[in-house]
Amino acid sequence: MWARNLLFFAVSLTGLVALGASLFRQVESNQEHPRRTISDEQREGIRLVASSIDAAMAAKWQEEGLTPAGPADELTVIRRLALALVGTTPSLEEIRWLERLPADQQFEAYLDALFADRRYSDYMAERLVRPLVGVEQGPFLVYRRRRFVSWMADQLYENRRYDAVIRDCLASDGIWTAQPATNFVTVSLQQDKNNLPDVDKLAGRVCRAVLGVRLDCAQCHDHPFASWEQNDFQGLAAFYGRTKLELTGLKDNGEPHEFDIHATGETKAVEPSVPYAAELLPKTGPVRERLAIWVTHEQNKAFARATANRMWAFMFGRALVEPVDDISIDGPHPETLNLLADDFAASGHDLQRLVRIIAATQAFQADSRAAEDSELTPRHAAEWAAFPISRLRPEQAVGGVLQSASLTTIDYDSHIITRITRATSEQDFVKRYGDAGVDELEDATGTVTQRLLMLNGNLVAEKTKNDMINNAATRIARLAPTDEKAIETAYLATLTRRPNPEELSHFTSQLKGTTGEYRIDVLCDLYWALINSTEFSWNH
Amino acid sequence: MHANQHVLDRRKLLQLAGLGSTAWMTRVADVLAQEAESAPRGKPAKSIILLWLAGGPSQLETFDPHPGKDIAGGTKAIGTSVREVQLAAGFDQLAERMEHVSLVRSLVSKEGDHERGTYNLMTGYRPDPTVLHPSLGAIACHQLSDSGVEIPRHVSILNTPWPARGGYLGPQHDAFQIGDPRGPLPDVKARVLGKRLERRNENLNVVESAFARGRTRAASATRHVETVKAAQTMMTSEQLKAFDIEEEPADLKRRYGDSPFGRGCLVARRLIEQGVRCVQVTLRGWDSHANNHETHTELVAMLDPAFATLIDDLRDRELLEETVVLCGGEFGRTPKINGLGGRDHWPHNFSFALAGGGIRGGRIVGQTDPEGTEKVVEAQQVADLHATVLKALGIDYAKEIITPISRPLRLSDGEPIEKLLV
Repeated sequence: MWARNLLFFAVSLTGLVALGASLFRQVESNQEHPRRTISDEQREGIRLVASSIDAAMAAKWQEEGLTPAGPADELTVIRRLALALVGTTPSLEEIRWLERLPADQQFEAYLDALFADRRYSDYMAERLVRPLVGVEQGPFLVYRRRRFVSWMADQLYENRRYDAVIRDCLASDGIWTAQPATNFVTVSLQQDKNNLPDVDKLAGRVCRAVLGVRLDCAQCHDHPFASWEQNDFQGLAAFYGRTKLELTGLKDNGEPHEFDIHATGETKAVEPSVPYAAELLPKTGPVRERLAIWVTHEQNKAFARATANRMWAFMFGRALVEPVDDISIDGPHPETLNLLADDFAASGHDLQRLVRIIAATQAFQADSRAAEDSELTPRHAAEWAAFPISRLRPEQAVGGVLQSASLTTIDYDSHIITRITRATSEQDFVKRYGDAGVDELEDATGTVTQRLLMLNGNLVAEKTKNDMINNAATRIARLAPTDEKAIETAYLATLTRRPNPEELSHFTSQLKGTTGEYRIDVLCDLYWALINSTEFSWNH
Repeated sequence: MHANQHVLDRRKLLQLAGLGSTAWMTRVADVLAQEAESAPRGKPAKSIILLWLAGGPSQLETFDPHPGKDIAGGTKAIGTSVREVQLAAGFDQLAERMEHVSLVRSLVSKEGDHERGTYNLMTGYRPDPTVLHPSLGAIACHQLSDSGVEIPRHVSILNTPWPARGGYLGPQHDAFQIGDPRGPLPDVKARVLGKRLERRNENLNVVESAFARGRTRAASATRHVETVKAAQTMMTSEQLKAFDIEEEPADLKRRYGDSPFGRGCLVARRLIEQGVRCVQVTLRGWDSHANNHETHTELVAMLDPAFATLIDDLRDRELLEETVVLCGGEFGRTPKINGLGGRDHWPHNFSFALAGGGIRGGRIVGQTDPEGTEKVVEAQQVADLHATVLKALGIDYAKEIITPISRPLRLSDGEPIEKLLV
């Protein structure tokens, strides 16, 4: 019996070593990635818009006498794209794949590959739905957040016109499971008030999330800066004033909602009305559909501006106009915002094209370090003359930890155990790291809790201990052909860059002549330091 | 560019503007102003302990019983050490210490939703989509010095759905959250020791200096390195012992109660001994839409010994004068009992208990209608409660802070309830 056991262990052990070696090799393989390509004509159009943005910004820099930062290296830009579009750092596998392509093709090839990747649509869906429905669990049974997110992800995967997606959210009738877009409304159903929607909440979200205006301030008082009044807001809210939940789902045949009118003190129904550009509002049709058409009308630029401003914020960690959902209707707007919004509306509200344009700008490609012989000032940051440094969101941080410990890309095709690890450890980590909820774009520094979690927490400990199956550090220590190669691999997998000469000499002197367990310890300690650095926890 | 850099208090701004020909006058005036402000009668309190009753406790089954009335639904009241003051049955221990505790029975709020109500009670402001207000504990940390404290100065014990935030004062003032203090504090022990730990820290310095090159200013604005240092200081601090109740006498532990909440209250006392500014201890489960009375009986049995022992323990150590103790939840519950024997949300008039530093004991503020209407005598806004606590801490509650969105906001929009202040 013991012999059989021994045989079993021996076989398992051989299997493990073989698996480890194959993982390391797989990273170096010639695997191709599926891509979502576009025509040369489209690429040319994107370059044109990006260069007009560059020109507008350059004029501003000259006016202010700012020397812009030089271009960032390719891998830094690749890291920014991965964080913005899939919420994690690039895998070593992806880096190896890109580096086999000619340098001038890597950037676009990566974008093409990300848009063909379900990780993009899943991650972007989660970020886009936050302002639409918040992060709350919502009312029991009649609201299905997951259903809404996966519906949104499908739309993004297809790159469906974004105006049509938003129209579905605002105007769909029916049941929340069969028509997932209706969850935009059902999240606000008030179970203690006959399941009627919270019209103020809905109107507030239409304003902020979709139009980028804070008309909802006028709910209680007139807006301090803009000319909104309470009746502007109530007119908008009244589009949801007849919405009610029936057995067949949402319908607009309820008794009209009665509003408190501050000016007179009465309570009464209000006619649906829009606060500006009334000529774009259809005269007839279902009431919510009229609103949806007005909101997403090509000439109602607020929608395009709000979307462009938010996508810019996702890419840079900071919006063009801040706060992200408070853009004046009357302007003036930054030239960059106008250029992006005009193209977005003209292109049929093509979200992927918008991302491609933002990514192609000099601002996105700029270094976050000062050019030689100059210094970065707050003005550089304000005018996008250098890439701004922003804190990673919790799921980006956890995604980065898991991804950098894995070498191969963690996605839906990965091994089932990897996926489960990702789900549960991610949830636990995000909870402890502190999710910023809907205020995810707030400028913020980190907390002691977050640092403790990274310094000593389970997840990082798991990923920086001797473990041939789960840890890149161990595999690198065992399998990298040279010390230099080992250090380079660790840097690429965590910080998406190669070590500088000082770093290389520091770590080669630690690794020189080491073997076995001790060598693994040294590599794990290198990994720990990389994961705990400012550079790892911030986008730059 | 962290949030804190945007925060200037308005007086400082005026001072800066005033520097120039009248600089000497400004300084004298400033000294005088500070004198007037920070020297109230008696010594200000230093810390806050908030016993947070999450879910919204019923005022009728806690601090505002109406025995014999319809709305009581059979709940009895008991006499206390202060004549005229009654508590709901079950608070036998607290009743004996009522001369140290005052009750506000007339808190009025407009927030009947758990999340919004919690925000309202935590910050003293109603939720406002344009700005995130700091919680009471964050204000105390921001306004009072941090000398000698190596552990987080704002701590939240036991899981709460909406933990206290730093708001516009910055996330460095977010509450540091811990669970049941029975187990060890998570993540405070380095995973490796000796040479390996040294190597890790040395490695970290090498990577940090590579990153800072060319972006010194931006890198230091992240406060990352500083925050790592703060975390490491905490990891090796003697004060960390404050989280561990192991060495406390068994009898004292028993008096607090063998429950997560009882242990949490004991840790709260240990933390403020070390100079921690604000400790919140959460007792969940008060959302009694069904079986209101049973729910409350169970929870009060945990609350009463912990609250009473906390007062004794603080007094024994002469800490009660330095500590404001608060107890309450996000709103009250309906005087009418529903079909399931439950009470629903009721923000129209509800109770909060206060004790300790700068607060008079044995007082009652406000009165609710024995018939259960929304009418209330001596109504107090939630913001008034905040102003009262801030004043007890010697903080100028009316001070305006320039928030990151350039809007000046008062630390509290309310006025202190003078009747409660020493």
